[in-house]
Amino acid sequence: MSELRYREALNAALREELRRDKRVVLLGEDIGVFGGAFKVTEGLLEEFGERRIRDTPISENTIVGMGVGAAMTGLRPVVELMTINFSLLAFDQIVNHAAHIRYMFGGQVSVPLVIRMPQGAGHQLGPTHSHCLEAMFLHVPGLLVAVPATPADAKGLLKTAIRDDNPVIFIEHESLYGVRGEVPDDEDSLVEFGRARVCREGSDVTIVGVSRMALTAERAAVTLADEHGVQAEVIDPRTLRPLDLDTILASVRTTNRCVVVEEGWPHGGVGANLAALIAEHAFDDLDAPVARVSGADVPMPYSKPLEEIAFPREPDVVRAALSTLGVTSEAAR
Amino acid sequence: MPELPEPDVAREWLATMTLIRRFEERAGEMYARAKIGGFLHLSIGEEATIVGAARALRDEDYLISTYRSHGNAIARGTPPERVMAELFGRADGCCGGHGGSMHMFDLERRFMGGYGIVGGNLPIGAGIGLSSDYLTRDEVTLCAFGDGATNQGTFGETLNLAALWRLPVVFMVVNNQFGMGTSIERHSAVTDLCRKGESLGVPGMRCDGMDVRDTHTVVEEAIRRVREDRRPLLVEAVTYRFRGHSMADPEEYRTREEVAQWRERDPIPQFGERLQRAGILDETARELVERAAAERVERAVEFADASPFPTPESLYEDVYVLGDRPHGRYHA
Repeated sequence: MSELRYREALNAALREELRRDKRVVLLGEDIGVFGGAFKVTEGLLEEFGERRIRDTPISENTIVGMGVGAAMTGLRPVVELMTINFSLLAFDQIVNHAAHIRYMFGGQVSVPLVIRMPQGAGHQLGPTHSHCLEAMFLHVPGLLVAVPATPADAKGLLKTAIRDDNPVIFIEHESLYGVRGEVPDDEDSLVEFGRARVCREGSDVTIVGVSRMALTAERAAVTLADEHGVQAEVIDPRTLRPLDLDTILASVRTTNRCVVVEEGWPHGGVGANLAALIAEHAFDDLDAPVARVSGADVPMPYSKPLEEIAFPREPDVVRAALSTLGVTSEAAR
Repeated sequence: MPELPEPDVAREWLATMTLIRRFEERAGEMYARAKIGGFLHLSIGEEATIVGAARALRDEDYLISTYRSHGNAIARGTPPERVMAELFGRADGCCGGHGGSMHMFDLERRFMGGYGIVGGNLPIGAGIGLSSDYLTRDEVTLCAFGDGATNQGTFGETLNLAALWRLPVVFMVVNNQFGMGTSIERHSAVTDLCRKGESLGVPGMRCDGMDVRDTHTVVEEAIRRVREDRRPLLVEAVTYRFRGHSMADPEEYRTREEVAQWRERDPIPQFGERLQRAGILDETARELVERAAAERVERAVEFADASPFPTPESLYEDVYVLGDRPHGRYHA
């Protein structure tokens, strides 16, 4: 094991997979000479050369489309979109092409493409640069969606994604790149898709946290235990598709209460989807409606105090968990 | 005017163009009888651009096209039976009934689709070129699209990237003078489409898209240069579609006189007469070509009619590649 930052874990995953399989190539803006906007690809150009680490012009839709074409004909491309915000420019190639080509051509080809992008607010970047769009990708059949929250999961899931034959949307988080954690050294240590991680065990309430919110949920669980005597079970789904629903349901059957925490917008969000699934499969086990804590239903504002209340913080998660237990917010304060 | 090819080759070109024409006409009839649903985009009038280009490709070269691509598939060798079955939405269609008219595909013959989005195939074509370049293979990709697509963002983005990275792609603009219902004068500030790639780093050539020999000569030269120089080129084939954009098009945007004028340059009788004058075919032989095409298309319709529809169980097939032991839920 080594202690690595999230970005270093991603770098290690890319390096190992580039060494392992000559068909892996990287495309993205400023990934080579610049080392990546968030330094995830630092040093890769020096080791693997410019035929494998390709700096692209600013052409998101076409970069993704080229990844699709290359993936259909023998390569295993990893496309970096500088942030999830710019993925909106590439939605035609992501949805109509990457996600649909295998199905619409009767299974004749696969598209083993990974599209990596960080998301998240918190740096006062304003409305066009602060999106959390995992729900939009989750919506599309044909895509897989990974949302690692820890360095170990970042490395293990990225390796799995690169070896997987499906198009994978690999969503990182701008605020997690510097977070440290223990990471296995073994080059064949993978994290399988469709396996959630129970971060903390508890019997009073289940809290599902997506991406960075898994860490927020863990901190909220500490507060819930220390200040309110509530034992929360915290689950990090790690992949939204495929989804490890069984782990979440098993937890809800024990705790009878569930909170979903996400940074994205509420309508049609991950929480909305999970709430429906839990109600469908474990209705009789619920003692309260599934609570959702989500990003505020507004474009992300620039001003610091506004941004601070526009996405979920630890007290919001504590409040939501207590509400499922019938404890009001006044009593919680 | 370029010399005619070898007689066998010339006859094959005529036969293939005729087969495509009959196929498209019959598909139109089947659509009117509700055997084919959705949108149906026919290539009637554009056969010279299809066959002239396809016959300039080696087997290992790739072809990628648009939603108007039944002819591309047939020219590359996909049996008309499989194409018609796909149009009928049957299980024996080349895409198992999942794609339909706009989404044909035949990997074995390196016909890489079949795309419903205008301009959607350009980045993919460049990506195929990237594969060829990276794997240091000799093959070239021919990426065909219409005049309308030259205005889509992907045109500029793709040509720039292909020129920058020296990708072995021939970008073929099949200029049939219309972007759906909008004439080229009304949709493109620069109507000289072979020049439209120059500012992006892709030089252009033009051919007569109603003349299969001219199209073949120009496309073959472009492919030769791209294979040698490993730099992209653009070929503009000036042609015309005799029917509407799709079967649903009432063609209110052009006059019958204009269509009639272009019909006088129908690529198939034009080539047939040229072969006849050159003594390669006589009247009887030309009739045999017509009859053979009609019979083949009839067999295709029979095959399609007899093919079963995909089962309800197959609805969820081929969305994902699943490993031996997949974990978690891939679907709702």
